[in-house]
Amino acid sequence: MAGLAAGRPSEDGRPFPPGEYPVVVIGSGPGGLQVSYCLQRLGIEHALLSADEAPGGMFRRFPFFQRLLSWTKPYAPAERDTRAYEWYDWNSLLADDPDHRAVMAGLMDGTSEFPTRPDMERNLATFVERTGLPVRYGCRWESSQREASAEGDRFVIVTDEGEYRARICVFAVGVAEAWTPPGPGMDQVPHYVDTRPAETYAGRRLFIIGKQNSGFELANGLLPWARSIVLASPRSATFSITNHSLAGIRARYLQPVEDFVVGGGVHVVNASIERVERRGDAFLVHTRRSENGQPLVVEADDVIAATGFQAPLRDLAALGVALFGQSRLPAQSPFWESATVPGIFFAGTITQGAAGLKKYGIPSSSGAVAGYRYNARVLAEQIAERHFGWQRPRPELEAAAVVPYLLDEATQAPELWNQRSYLARAISVEAGSGIRDEGIVPLAWFVDSSGPDALAVAVETDDRGDIHPAVYVRRAGRVDERLLESHPLLDFRTPGNRAQLEEIVRPLVA
Amino acid sequence: MSVNPVSDASRPIDGLDELAGLGLFADLNRAQLESVAHAFSEEWHAEGERIIRQGFSGTGFYVILEGEVAIRVDGEQRAILRRGDFFGEVSVLLEEPPVADVVALGPLRCLHLAGPTLRAFLLERPEVMYRMLQAQARRLRAANQWRG
Repeated sequence: MAGLAAGRPSEDGRPFPPGEYPVVVIGSGPGGLQVSYCLQRLGIEHALLSADEAPGGMFRRFPFFQRLLSWTKPYAPAERDTRAYEWYDWNSLLADDPDHRAVMAGLMDGTSEFPTRPDMERNLATFVERTGLPVRYGCRWESSQREASAEGDRFVIVTDEGEYRARICVFAVGVAEAWTPPGPGMDQVPHYVDTRPAETYAGRRLFIIGKQNSGFELANGLLPWARSIVLASPRSATFSITNHSLAGIRARYLQPVEDFVVGGGVHVVNASIERVERRGDAFLVHTRRSENGQPLVVEADDVIAATGFQAPLRDLAALGVALFGQSRLPAQSPFWESATVPGIFFAGTITQGAAGLKKYGIPSSSGAVAGYRYNARVLAEQIAERHFGWQRPRPELEAAAVVPYLLDEATQAPELWNQRSYLARAISVEAGSGIRDEGIVPLAWFVDSSGPDALAVAVETDDRGDIHPAVYVRRAGRVDERLLESHPLLDFRTPGNRAQLEEIVRPLVA
Repeated sequence: MSVNPVSDASRPIDGLDELAGLGLFADLNRAQLESVAHAFSEEWHAEGERIIRQGFSGTGFYVILEGEVAIRVDGEQRAILRRGDFFGEVSVLLEEPPVADVVALGPLRCLHLAGPTLRAFLLERPEVMYRMLQAQARRLRAANQWRG
């Protein structure tokens, strides 16, 4: 089979020439790089392909105003070379070798806890350089087919450089394709991705369609330039600090809101967009207010659609991959496998399509590097275990160690903090094999699957914003939820939690 | 968190006509339907998946767009819900964990509204609240007839 040795160069010296591979990964953004790194560490041969000329994915271009929303704190409560530090560094990829960890922390210049876009690009390039991760750049995925083979169905990935065949494919192609809703006149409205340089908006009246982070990022960045700014969409804006979730508009972009509440040339309006009409050099935006159904017409020099993004999944739907919602995300299992086409997996920001428990409506962090880097590690283990005979290490635990171990994990495990209510630390208890650490698993899989007596601990946020550990106990096939108490300093190793967890664990380990 | 370019986390559903065809939203005009589309997010569940889990906190409100779900109490099936039906409101309104599992009987496409936002959503849209009350009244009548 051609190319089975990972990284074997083709005639031009580039890795992964077209041919047959056990696994093909598409995309060299953080999601593709992380899953490739983890597969490599598990000894799973695969090809990593990218249409780009260098690593970075969408961070090679966005965000438009060049500063990220995800923090890296060079000085944090945890030391940089520890696992716990990952909670304070949302941008570095995960690595086993300490020299390859916390790369972003070493690039921060002290001007902000949020890195710049070029820093993020450099962070990813440095990771690739230090780890020696082979990537075939400049190789564009064009179409996909499924064909029968002696070993069962396999996929044919057609690229501009030839065909790749694999039984397992991982798509990490981002969710950064511009999406504009249909509607009269919307075809003449540029999308966020086509925003011009800021200075070209000097003295102009700007109308932004959309009140999510992309809209507020543009409004914030254009405050020093635009003459006036209207942000409009049917629904009220939701803010991270009031809905206890990073899915809301981030604190960094609140300045336009303050300008709005003091009447400073910014208007935040709840209205549906009925049509956009060209009037000479300007636009008339016809809206209808959500509160009372009354029409409101706004004249603007520029209109921008900050209306969202789609996953560029090409012809995967024709292969049977179910897609849903405006973002056309693939329907996925808790392990990020297509719900309708086994063997097709997803990595990176697309994994937000697997909703998980979504308690109180708070989504996972699978849309961000901080969350999906852990998904990638769990995914690589899942592929290795299910398809390549890899055996998961299941260290045995002493009964007396279980409670302190789980409270330590709830207090500082970065997987649990970054992927609240989505990833959990699981422990099984089985006659004959004792108490075993089953590692980090998707919580939805744990609570919905059968198996031996076991428990899983996760970190969750409730509707009051209270962050606390949650324990899920599986006994005789039934799973019950038990919530532990929070702590003002978020150290969950309290006497109360110890006592409650001991009571939960005792019948299991007896 | 920093989703793709810019962390646009909520995803309005695709077609307003699909919403207009649901009994719950039948009295809303187009602007109201659009605000409903932006308030909900769309979900897809595979056959056998639990959408609501008996006894778990933090659940939400759901409206079925396509497919069917079973209501199961301690594993025993009590009812089947179909397109246009809704579920999850009882535990959200009472602020109690749900007393039943809700399980997809096949591929399921549904709308989801976060539990903590249901109160404001209904108060802003009395037409939807009235339709919901009507549906609840029908369920109550059916339950009473069954007992009788």
